[in-house]
Amino acid sequence: MIKFEKVTKIYPAHFSNGSPTAVLQDVSFEIKEGEFVSIVGKSGAGKTTLTRMILGLEDPTHGDVFFKNKNLRTADSFEIQNIRRSIGCIYQDYKLLPAKTVYENVAYIMEVEGKGYGKIEKEVPRVLELIGLEDKMENFPKELSGGEQQRLAIARALVNNPKVIIADEPTGNLDPYNSYEVIYMLEKINKAGATVILLTHDREIVNKLGKRVVTLVGGRIIRDEAEGKFML
Amino acid sequence: MVTNFSRIFKFAVNDFSRNKGISLAAIFVLVVTIMLVTWLFFFHGISKFLISQVQDRIDITAYFKDDAQEQDILGVKEEILKLSPDIKAVEYVSKERAMLAFNEKHKDNAVLAKALEEVGTNPFLPSLNITTNGDPVQFAEVSNVLQTANFSKFIDKVDFSQKKDTIEKVFSITSNINTFGLILGIILVILAILVVFNTIKLAVDSSKDEISTMRIVGATDWFIRGPFIIQGAIYGFIAFVICFLISAVSAYFLSPKISAVLPGFNTFDYFLSNIWILVLIQLAFGAGVGIISSFIVVRKYLDV
Repeated sequence: MIKFEKVTKIYPAHFSNGSPTAVLQDVSFEIKEGEFVSIVGKSGAGKTTLTRMILGLEDPTHGDVFFKNKNLRTADSFEIQNIRRSIGCIYQDYKLLPAKTVYENVAYIMEVEGKGYGKIEKEVPRVLELIGLEDKMENFPKELSGGEQQRLAIARALVNNPKVIIADEPTGNLDPYNSYEVIYMLEKINKAGATVILLTHDREIVNKLGKRVVTLVGGRIIRDEAEGKFML
Repeated sequence: MVTNFSRIFKFAVNDFSRNKGISLAAIFVLVVTIMLVTWLFFFHGISKFLISQVQDRIDITAYFKDDAQEQDILGVKEEILKLSPDIKAVEYVSKERAMLAFNEKHKDNAVLAKALEEVGTNPFLPSLNITTNGDPVQFAEVSNVLQTANFSKFIDKVDFSQKKDTIEKVFSITSNINTFGLILGIILVILAILVVFNTIKLAVDSSKDEISTMRIVGATDWFIRGPFIIQGAIYGFIAFVICFLISAVSAYFLSPKISAVLPGFNTFDYFLSNIWILVLIQLAFGAGVGIISSFIVVRKYLDV
């Protein structure tokens, strides 16, 4: 489903205040449909750059990234937008739309896809109920707790039934209780058939999952195990 | 398409009403800018009025010899009109009319009436009163016609030489006022546009992260950009309504005061007679600057 082929990403000198920095070096791996993959590594290992490439937000300096056999380097803006719509993203800083209410944050994703008013009015309350935010539909994100904001981010990522979920440090700002709740939700989504890519440096979570682990160090893949552990 | 547009419009109205502080700041800056442009427009009207007042007073009087025939004088008039068709007025004053005008003007002055009686005959000369449009070129053309051999033989004297300097001075002041006004206007308008641009930039800057999130979830550029552009248009439209009302009210209430300083110039009449051009300037400036600024600022974030 997602394939990295000899991908290298070098940021020019003006980005890194000095010499050019290679954040990914000769990275090759493939993620199959329905897989649950944890990508682990320290901060600066290149995890976020990897996800930005899957979303077509950045091009590799060398090599190619494929999404469903489509080379993102040659995809036009329409194809890139369609790819982004088929991926649900969850971030450590939630990336919610602060000027929109809880309801509008979720509805926005369906509006972007051009879904009709009737479907949006039916689907959004259902998803919000599923994650326990049905009483906060008219609240703004800043009026929610950290855990609630992350649940809203998950609701937003799920509402369009995406084929792929990218969770970039989704538990980074959460307490252990909320962290496990988020991971439990991701497992459930994966069981329902979605591909889940989890980027984290939380040892406990990765070890408990017992799923495929790709380990990045200094922009290189040093380990890729089907039932891996967090080892850095 | 219609659904998308109605959604974009709904987002714009929501963002506008939810970011009241920023919206008010943007409208305030636009009001100041549009009022500045409106003032320049009124200033232009006043300076044009003043210039035309001065230029109206620039005329040439050609006095013909006592024995000049009326048809010869009218021939000179035709020649002047042929060479300078845009001349303001050429009026023929016969000996008799000149006498009548003099008597009318001095009917209460017994000494002058007696002096005229002593002369016995009509001492006035027939003349052409020529009013130019104040342009020295036209002035020179008229002078040239009057000096040609064909016509100069009928002419006794031309009353213009002492006015030549004044005319050139007026023309140079006029052209200086126009140039200075234009340069000052351009500088002020550029400054105003920069201030509006930066205010809108601040408004859009606060949504920088939001724009990046919208891109991540696959929104098209127009779906992201649209609400900001419509918000820019809303700022511009509200600023236009405020400015239009301020202009109308101030033109109405300041009219007597300005008429006292500039007799013959009525600011409210000027406002009414130029109402559509003023609407166009204020609306185009307000909405135009609002829309273009939003477009440019959002594009910057879409490109990143």
